[in-house]
Amino acid sequence: MTDWPILSTVTFLPLVGVLLLLLTREDGPFGRRNILNVSLFTTVFTFIVSLFVWIGFDNSNSGFQMVEKHNWLGTGISYHLGVDGISMLFVILTTFLMPFCVLASWNTIEKRLKEYMIAFLLLEVVMTGVFVSLDVVLFYVFFEATLIPMFVIIGVWGGKDRVYASYKFFLYTLLGSVLMMLAIMAMYWQAGTTDITELLKYGFPAGMQTWLWLACFAAFSVKMPMWPVHTWLPDAHVQAPTAGSVILAGVMLKLGGYGMIRFSLAMLPIASEHFAPLVFSLSVIAIIYTSLVAMMQDDIKKLIAYSSVAHMGYVTMGIFAANVQGVQGALFQMLSHGVVSGALFLCVGVVYDRLHTREISAYGGLVNNMPKYAVAFMIFTMANVGLPGTSGFIGEFLTIIGVFRVNTWVALFAATGVILSASYALWLYRRVIFGALEKESLKALLDLSGREKLILYPLIAVTIFYGFYPAPIFDATAASVDMLVNNYSAALAAAKDLALNVH
Amino acid sequence: MTAEILSLSLQLSMPEIILAVGALALLMIGVFSGDKSAPTVTGLAVALLAVAGLWLIFMPGEGVAYGGAFKLDAFGRFMKVLALIGSITAMVMSVGHAKSDQLNRFEFPVLLVLSTLGMLLLISANDLIAFYLALELMSLALYVIAAFNRDSLRSTEAGLKYFVLGALSSGMMLYGMSLVYGFTGNTGFEGIAKVLSAETRGLGLIFGMVFVLAGACFKISAVPFHMWTPDVYEGAPTPVTAFFAAGPKVAAMAILVRIASDAFLPIIADWRQIIVFVSIASMLLGSFAAIGQRNIKRLMAYSSIGHMGYALVGLAAGSETGVSGVVLYMTIYMVMTLGTFACIMAMRRKEGGNVENVDDLAGLSSTKPFMAVVLTALMFSMAGIPPLAGFFAKYFVFVAAIEAKLYALAVIGVLSSVVGAYYYLRIVKLMWFDEAKGEFARISGELRLVFGLSGLFVTAYVLIGGPIGTAASAAAKSFF
Repeated sequence: MTDWPILSTVTFLPLVGVLLLLLTREDGPFGRRNILNVSLFTTVFTFIVSLFVWIGFDNSNSGFQMVEKHNWLGTGISYHLGVDGISMLFVILTTFLMPFCVLASWNTIEKRLKEYMIAFLLLEVVMTGVFVSLDVVLFYVFFEATLIPMFVIIGVWGGKDRVYASYKFFLYTLLGSVLMMLAIMAMYWQAGTTDITELLKYGFPAGMQTWLWLACFAAFSVKMPMWPVHTWLPDAHVQAPTAGSVILAGVMLKLGGYGMIRFSLAMLPIASEHFAPLVFSLSVIAIIYTSLVAMMQDDIKKLIAYSSVAHMGYVTMGIFAANVQGVQGALFQMLSHGVVSGALFLCVGVVYDRLHTREISAYGGLVNNMPKYAVAFMIFTMANVGLPGTSGFIGEFLTIIGVFRVNTWVALFAATGVILSASYALWLYRRVIFGALEKESLKALLDLSGREKLILYPLIAVTIFYGFYPAPIFDATAASVDMLVNNYSAALAAAKDLALNVH
Repeated sequence: MTAEILSLSLQLSMPEIILAVGALALLMIGVFSGDKSAPTVTGLAVALLAVAGLWLIFMPGEGVAYGGAFKLDAFGRFMKVLALIGSITAMVMSVGHAKSDQLNRFEFPVLLVLSTLGMLLLISANDLIAFYLALELMSLALYVIAAFNRDSLRSTEAGLKYFVLGALSSGMMLYGMSLVYGFTGNTGFEGIAKVLSAETRGLGLIFGMVFVLAGACFKISAVPFHMWTPDVYEGAPTPVTAFFAAGPKVAAMAILVRIASDAFLPIIADWRQIIVFVSIASMLLGSFAAIGQRNIKRLMAYSSIGHMGYALVGLAAGSETGVSGVVLYMTIYMVMTLGTFACIMAMRRKEGGNVENVDDLAGLSSTKPFMAVVLTALMFSMAGIPPLAGFFAKYFVFVAAIEAKLYALAVIGVLSSVVGAYYYLRIVKLMWFDEAKGEFARISGELRLVFGLSGLFVTAYVLIGGPIGTAASAAAKSFF
């Protein structure tokens, strides 16, 4: 068990599914069925294998585990994989969400199903790769490679303005990332290695940290996305097919947050402290401004997209609070948001499949003929708002505590965001679900089908379970986060000493 | 003693001798058996180039020959093999098009062999005279094959334009060489370097160097010497364009690297600013000017201008890392370009023959899925998106720029690569997002092979890149 390269297996297992898909034929209902079964089987199997990562994970070890290291490309770049408490659960999140994406696309994708599934499986490979890489260049390769399948997914299977949305998504995120590439190179020449474990120990000079931090921030804040570079997200979400939105909100946004923890905070502590007020301001603006924008949307998906931006504001705020509560809360918030916002997009997909519109005004009174749907949607809405007892509460609460210890004003403004999020989410819920069932088009709608139940019920279970019992998550992350925060404070203290000695 | 030197020289330049003698023999075969022999001559020419390539790969030996005019080192060996692969591939691709583009004359393969001979000599040139002669040998053959389709107005125009501008640049370069010789008293690269490191350089020498660099930049079509590229690319028959884009660029880049990091290394501060400017201008023009192009060959012309800009980023660093980045960049660039041209040549309608508009690719993913997948991979690779080969090409040149602290160059470079990504994406968009307007005819086997291999290379580079990278850094060790 110990020398089996489990992380490589989890990462590249979906490629086996891709190979199988390439061998299947698409014509006819039988071929279609085959493709769906192969994809579902691959994603479920990958998820099961990935659970072994969690099972084999040693919670008390704060360093990297299950490490694999090989030379790669013969130039000092290494194929170096490993997980610690910060990255391990993101791997699980990725593999967990993929089967739902396949299920959500069961009937809705009518053309080119095979290519669609191949794109998703490739996306799973590269997203998992981002979280397990322990070499910056490898990290960057995976980080950027996510653009290709997502571009195709939005562009081929998206809505009416898919071309615009896919271009915007691609170019916006590429523009952010290329600067990080230069930062990675500068790190390489300074520290003489691209190995993340080495770079984490290497203290970069303070002057250099500023530039490195800004370059990394350009990449991660676009990916996150933070206000004011969030504008690609609503477009991409609205145009993407349901499963695309799920992955976009559920996993791809987390690449940014993960990067901030791993790079900005852990490698560049002095700059992180220096820029923390900037991040706090942007986060607070994101939380309040995008919540207000969300309130005024007519399109359900757009509303959820803006609410995602607001929730990511809590994450960035928590990360740069740089204390145990803040970082733990940010991690939890990201995981919970991955499930909850994914589930919300799936909920939207359920009614979109029936009516083919996302206009809020086209709905109303669904509780009368879709009671099960109404319950599921309510639970996820509440989780999105952050109601105690759902997973959404824990992340928001911890990030606010974390930031309260640093800056009470930021915490105050962030807390008002909770109220705003309640108002837009509940208002959305009222307009879609409650009221009299008057519209003719809605009267014939059926409640959740077996497949939709299979999608939504496990997500409900996860949301509520971790709302009441978040300990498994915190157990896994605690050791690594403690070490991160300790290193961070130590680096700051050392920098202060140095400054005192000079003066 | 003399005999020994002569035999050593012959041994070092054996691939060139094979090509020179072989080209004459092929010419004889062609002359005596007429135009019918074109396919045979083409086959033999490919065999000839392959033999020269195998000789280079398997026969050891490095050193200086012919009294210092010719130098074979690891760098030269690598670039020569690259140029030969480019020429062989372009020649193989031309087979199916020979008839429609009127390339089915025996002179065509002979001229390609002669031009390739010029490239090999150029890569090995270690002296200003050898440099000039090799460049002219390569170029004169190129001028002729650009205008090879005599009945096509565009092809003739392309040939004439290339010739007039090429002659101008040769003249400038020759003038520069005379200045360099006048101020250093040497034509050999080592001699020039020795004089330059011993005494302070005069203004006249700088003039000379600028003119020499301008001549080389003309051949790699770097801005501001790029004017001929779009017209020649568009006008010349497509197989010829593919040939232009591969070998000659590799050879000209090789001599630029050699002269910069050999003869002019002591005055790096002077040439670096020139290369930095040329590089930035090429990257920007390549990115912005390509956006408006509708003809895919013109688009590829601007794309190649941009790519040369990126390759020059590595040269501007003026270090071992930089040269190895350039070598790697040219390798990956050549493979991508040849694959793309194979796809362009496969754009042939059942009725109406070849088409060249970008819009003709619409809906390719539903009509020719394999070609669409390959072309998509090539486009993303050219845009420099990982995990494809094009990313690693860019990575290694920019890493050198950062090492040399050329931060502004690197930032402008990566930003222009984002602009460049836009037009590559447009091709991907056409193939995948749009509806098909018509179908292409069956793709011939050799084109399928070329773009298949090229697609495999760019996607599998993450697995096979190790040995290539090692070879590239070994090549770069020739200089520093």
